[in-house]
Amino acid sequence: MKITNKIIEKHGLKLEEFENIKKLMKRDPNLLELGVFSAMWNEHCSYKSSRIHLKKLPTKGKQVIQGPGENAGVIDIGDNDAIVFKIESHNHPSYIEPYQGAATGVGGILRDVFTMGARPIALLNSIHFGSPSHPKTKSLLNGVVSGIGGYGNCIGIPTVAGETKFNETYNENILVNAMAVGHAKKDKIFYSRAKGINKSVVYVGSKTGRDGIHGASMASAEFDENSEEKKPTVQVGDPFTEKLLLEACLELMKDDSIIAIQDMGAAGLTSSSVEMASKGSLGIELNLEKVPCREENMTPYEMMLSESQERMLIILEDGKEERARKIFNKWDLDFVVIGKTTNTKNLTLKFHNKVVGEIQIDALATKAPVYKRKWVRKKIKKSKFDLRKIRNVKFEEALIKVLSSPNHSNKTWVTNQYDQMVMGDTVQRSGSDAAIIRIHNKDKAIAVTVDSSANYCNSQPKSGGKQIVCENWRNLISVGAKPLAITNCLNFGNPENEEIMGEFTECLEGIKEACEFLNYPVVSGNVSFYNGTNKKNIYPTPVIGGVGIINKLSNPISHKLKNDKSFLLLIGKTFGHIEQSCFLKENFSITDGSPPEINFFNEKNNGEAVLNLITLGLANSVHDVSSGGLIVALCEMAMSSNYGIKIEKPKKIRNPVEYFFGEDQGRYIVGINNENLTKVEKILQKNDIYYELIGFTQKKYFEIEGLMKSDVNDLFKINNQWYNQY
Amino acid sequence: MNSSVIVFPGSNCDRDIAVALERMQFKNKMVWHKDTTLPKSDLIVIPGGFSYGDYLRSGAIAGKSLIVSEIIKAANSGCLILGICNGFQILTETGLLKGTLLRNKNLKFISKDVNIKVINNETKFTSKYNSNQILKINIAHNEGNYFTKENHLEELNKENLIAFKYCDEKGVVNDRSNPNGALKNIAGIFNAKKNILGMMPHPERMIDKMISNTDGINLFSSLISK
Repeated sequence: MKITNKIIEKHGLKLEEFENIKKLMKRDPNLLELGVFSAMWNEHCSYKSSRIHLKKLPTKGKQVIQGPGENAGVIDIGDNDAIVFKIESHNHPSYIEPYQGAATGVGGILRDVFTMGARPIALLNSIHFGSPSHPKTKSLLNGVVSGIGGYGNCIGIPTVAGETKFNETYNENILVNAMAVGHAKKDKIFYSRAKGINKSVVYVGSKTGRDGIHGASMASAEFDENSEEKKPTVQVGDPFTEKLLLEACLELMKDDSIIAIQDMGAAGLTSSSVEMASKGSLGIELNLEKVPCREENMTPYEMMLSESQERMLIILEDGKEERARKIFNKWDLDFVVIGKTTNTKNLTLKFHNKVVGEIQIDALATKAPVYKRKWVRKKIKKSKFDLRKIRNVKFEEALIKVLSSPNHSNKTWVTNQYDQMVMGDTVQRSGSDAAIIRIHNKDKAIAVTVDSSANYCNSQPKSGGKQIVCENWRNLISVGAKPLAITNCLNFGNPENEEIMGEFTECLEGIKEACEFLNYPVVSGNVSFYNGTNKKNIYPTPVIGGVGIINKLSNPISHKLKNDKSFLLLIGKTFGHIEQSCFLKENFSITDGSPPEINFFNEKNNGEAVLNLITLGLANSVHDVSSGGLIVALCEMAMSSNYGIKIEKPKKIRNPVEYFFGEDQGRYIVGINNENLTKVEKILQKNDIYYELIGFTQKKYFEIEGLMKSDVNDLFKINNQWYNQY
Repeated sequence: MNSSVIVFPGSNCDRDIAVALERMQFKNKMVWHKDTTLPKSDLIVIPGGFSYGDYLRSGAIAGKSLIVSEIIKAANSGCLILGICNGFQILTETGLLKGTLLRNKNLKFISKDVNIKVINNETKFTSKYNSNQILKINIAHNEGNYFTKENHLEELNKENLIAFKYCDEKGVVNDRSNPNGALKNIAGIFNAKKNILGMMPHPERMIDKMISNTDGINLFSSLISK
């Protein structure tokens, strides 16, 4: 078969890339080889547009055992315990087929975590939909939420935290990012680097079908009006088989049988075999007729490019085959030796003893293209709104608009579809700043959260990048955890567009600076470009997943008020930054202007002080102030606990609207028992922390002196109606 | 007291129930579904989860599993059997409990803490609870909508075979306090001899104050002191 330009284009490769392939191979590739190249060289697998920027991120630290480059990142939490975690996108498949797209997103990220020898203990997600009034949003929301639940509930791993957001920028391209967190023993981590020649390469798990062929290339192109036709490229998930695969792998991992292990995710058999060989500087030979197939007459091309789910590739130590086979048979899973490692440094593909493809591993991996794409800095749109008009808004009505908006409504409609309790260690479920998961049989715990701020990133990518890392850090602090490390999912538009590449570059600059200042390294992540349809790109949406440690879990803290006679302190300074606030968006549809600035020094200082108060047992509830400003944070504290709040008239108030709705960063509300107030104030003063005593808790009423008084139950009802009426 | 937890492929609350049993001083063993003999047991637990992925119909394939004939034998000789969530579904598939669990009325998976009321506290499973005591217990299921024939419902009422009913915080049993559409708000039932209990709520999730509450403990302490 002659490789025509049309075939090259269909494989998502540029003509100059094809010329490069010919040069590397010193001949023309055949169709199978072209397919393998397209699977490895697409954006999704090669990171060709992002790599030079990702290199700048801080990835090291005392707490880091394994940074980016493996199936997932690994951090040390002491006592030979390690936490393995990663976030990944499944945006394109979820738009085409929401249930299966979201479900297999969860399945894929779980495999990344248990491949490393960790038992998954928590799932999180960040999902972004278009405007609620867009005709597709409702069915996408229903499909994605039930897909996420369907997979996690069945496999029996609690889905404990996440965010659900709406913005018209995602009308034609939703975002579905799933994060998995696992627990392993520090001395029993498994990696994907092959070692030794003539070692058995074993295929385990589900059979290979024709689903998902070219999935990774699909995720590396923009959508157009024909995207619906891509349905067959979406994989189908089977959480039941994944549960069996999980248990079988963990059983096999109890001894030293495994040299290397890699899940077959994007680009399936191709990327798993190439990556293991590349990391070990070895060759690999596969006998494709041995691959267990679900359908008849599958060709080598189809087998190499299939993205069928719930499969793993393992390189086994000599003499361990029978024991391993027994375990997989017990769990009713396929176990077939399909090849061996070689010293040729080639990927050798055989079909019924005939070589049907042979490519240098380096050409596929280390020599894959890297682009230094052009980019431009974003111009900030100055806001032109009339401040007087805004200040004259009816305060209580404005608050109700925010509390009843889709983005700020209570999300139990979503989270009640997720089993949050299975495994028996969920100390704090969704709805708090971060979820808390106890380490099984220990008295320590981890806190986990995911966050994004697409509006901020869109208006000023660098500030947005900083802000989102800080907010994530703050959320962990708010539940009493010491933040340790992050994983990031970078959702952007078309990188061939200079402006989009600019958004990406600037966001990353912000993320880098924040991570460096807070000693909050990036240990894993994923880049998703080409989020857009017909040249319309989404807002830049980096999503940050953070993990922190609570060394002694005695009295878990949350934003829930504990009693009706606590003082409330606002930590951090309020300037009243109203631009880019959800107050302006929900009340006046104003979305221009710049996001609040981050002051790293105050951020860190305030955070450490709050963590100190919690650790000393001096705070009885804590909530970070984020989207919606002080007033929304206070309402959330009241609504979640059914206690009231009374805020006294602030002394140096500029204007109540800016004071209460402004979204200045680095702030927390802390509840303090009466008897601890003096002690707390002393600590804060000693550490140069700016704070205000803003009010106290009370029964039943949410009250701001001179501005409003509502029954907390009424606010709760307002906050809980949107999903049920949608 | 000796307990056995049956593990099917796809069971996922097996570890949770084992933790609860051991904490309550049971000597517990895990039993693989392909086993053909049961260890000596005073209590057999069929845990929650998605045995066989809920394929065909939840509980249907597990109900035909090798170990099931042993469970039926044990049940007939008076051994105590507890089926939770998927375990309840499996018990109805084996015929050890009558009725069936339909899809939740709202056609969605429901996971939340709900209130249930102890209807019969004069059994080996519930003796430590007060009559009409209200418990707050987590549910997590797709098919928890209990349904049975008219004459069986009569039997359930007449013989006092309803263990728990969904209710609100004050104990009111009505449509509003019914999370999944179950007939008469039924959350758990006994067999005629009252040695088998099937229930949708998860008592093993409510044994630790740090995690939730301790409303599930008395079920296990009833059993151990029977």
